[in-house]
Amino acid sequence: MPEKGLPNTTPGKLIAVEGLDGSGKSTQVYLLKRWLELSGYKVFFTEWNSSGIVRSATRRGKKQNLLTPTTFSLIHCTDFADRYERNILPMLKAGFIVLADRYKFTALARDTVRGCPQEWVGQLYSFAFQPDITFYFSLPLRTALNRILVGRPALKYHEAGMDLGLSPDPVESFKIFQGRIHKEYEALARRHRFTRIDSDRPVEVIQEEVRAILRDRIDLAKYKVAVPRGWRV
Amino acid sequence: MNRPRTFYGKGIPGVATGDLKGKLIVLEGPDGSGRSTQIAFLTEWLERRGHAVEHVGLKRSTLVAEELAEAKQGNVLSPRTLSLFYATDFADQLEHRIIPALRAGFIVLADRYIYTLMARDMVRGADLPWLQSVYSIALVPDLVLYLRVAPQKLMERYIYRARELDYWESGMDIGYSWSWYDSFIRYQSELHRTFSKLQAIYGFATINGMRVPRAITRDLQTRIEAVISPNG
Repeated sequence: MPEKGLPNTTPGKLIAVEGLDGSGKSTQVYLLKRWLELSGYKVFFTEWNSSGIVRSATRRGKKQNLLTPTTFSLIHCTDFADRYERNILPMLKAGFIVLADRYKFTALARDTVRGCPQEWVGQLYSFAFQPDITFYFSLPLRTALNRILVGRPALKYHEAGMDLGLSPDPVESFKIFQGRIHKEYEALARRHRFTRIDSDRPVEVIQEEVRAILRDRIDLAKYKVAVPRGWRV
Repeated sequence: MNRPRTFYGKGIPGVATGDLKGKLIVLEGPDGSGRSTQIAFLTEWLERRGHAVEHVGLKRSTLVAEELAEAKQGNVLSPRTLSLFYATDFADQLEHRIIPALRAGFIVLADRYIYTLMARDMVRGADLPWLQSVYSIALVPDLVLYLRVAPQKLMERYIYRARELDYWESGMDIGYSWSWYDSFIRYQSELHRTFSKLQAIYGFATINGMRVPRAITRDLQTRIEAVISPNG
């Protein structure tokens, strides 16, 4: 598929993290953010599905079970576009390092598993820049499942992929659903040249590797917070 | 004109079109072009003749209509977000209202369809291939009727109805002019130009909307007749 998306042409850098639930990506991106902040770099963090205006509709849709694969995909893209145009893009233009906990690949993987044609979803999101680095936190499916399923009271309907009718048992459904997403991620990782991080290691070891890659691939000095004149101590 | 029902693109996952026996008739045109009046007349006419009629339109989905209205009130969304919001609203009605109604053999009267959504976005700078891809989920209607009324006339109708000009229908968000009048005329003219462009692609019928309502209705009825009569 030729649809690779637009290269980032702003002064900022876009770093996305992707991976299965339980892959540890949120922990890693949090630590990455703390490191950049504490080292005095201009960094901005953004999460999937966090914009206010679309949230109530998504909530109603999920509660009343109104969502179909198509509307599920569209409403998430709407939410993403809102966040992209009001947060991500301005911050990239302002020359920030933008860290995205999940990016359009999350949608590509999930929506494809739900049955939407991948070209269609790819086109929907074609307005969004391709990240400069996409970290893919990869680990064996079984390990990811164990991490999520141990000590969790109940899986939410869409989280478990219950809308796909894979199994009446939420846990069973979740396992099949995650398995399919895992397959999609693997395909996306090849097509979009993700930077694969072996996530089946101690947190500190992974973080060290992630930081090393960032130092290597990005001229971090350009992203130092400038201290305005007269504020120097 | 009994061609098989199709989607513009791949359509909705898992939806077969073979059993969508009803008819999908779209009325397009700006606010003030007489769409609502005509839809009321047509509904009466169709129901009198024993047809079951379903109505759909913009901003009428259960899923997002409320949020969409709210967002427009505050004017806080970018054109792209608004565009996708409308697409969600459309998809929800397509799957939950249009498709089931067609399956049940209804005549679906759509008070605007994807063309208005596309035209509005194009005027605001969206590119056509992207829009066509988004709306590749849409069903190809049996008939699209575009009510054409000159911008000056639309404007008069607004004022006669004792209404002030609408922010969005005047394209005030685009920033053509601080004058509502100038902006309205310019925006409506741009919309019409865009509709003409879309007409070349989608081939809908332009109806002269400057005539008296009953004359327009007769025109519309003739065209609809040709589509719904079993030997048509």
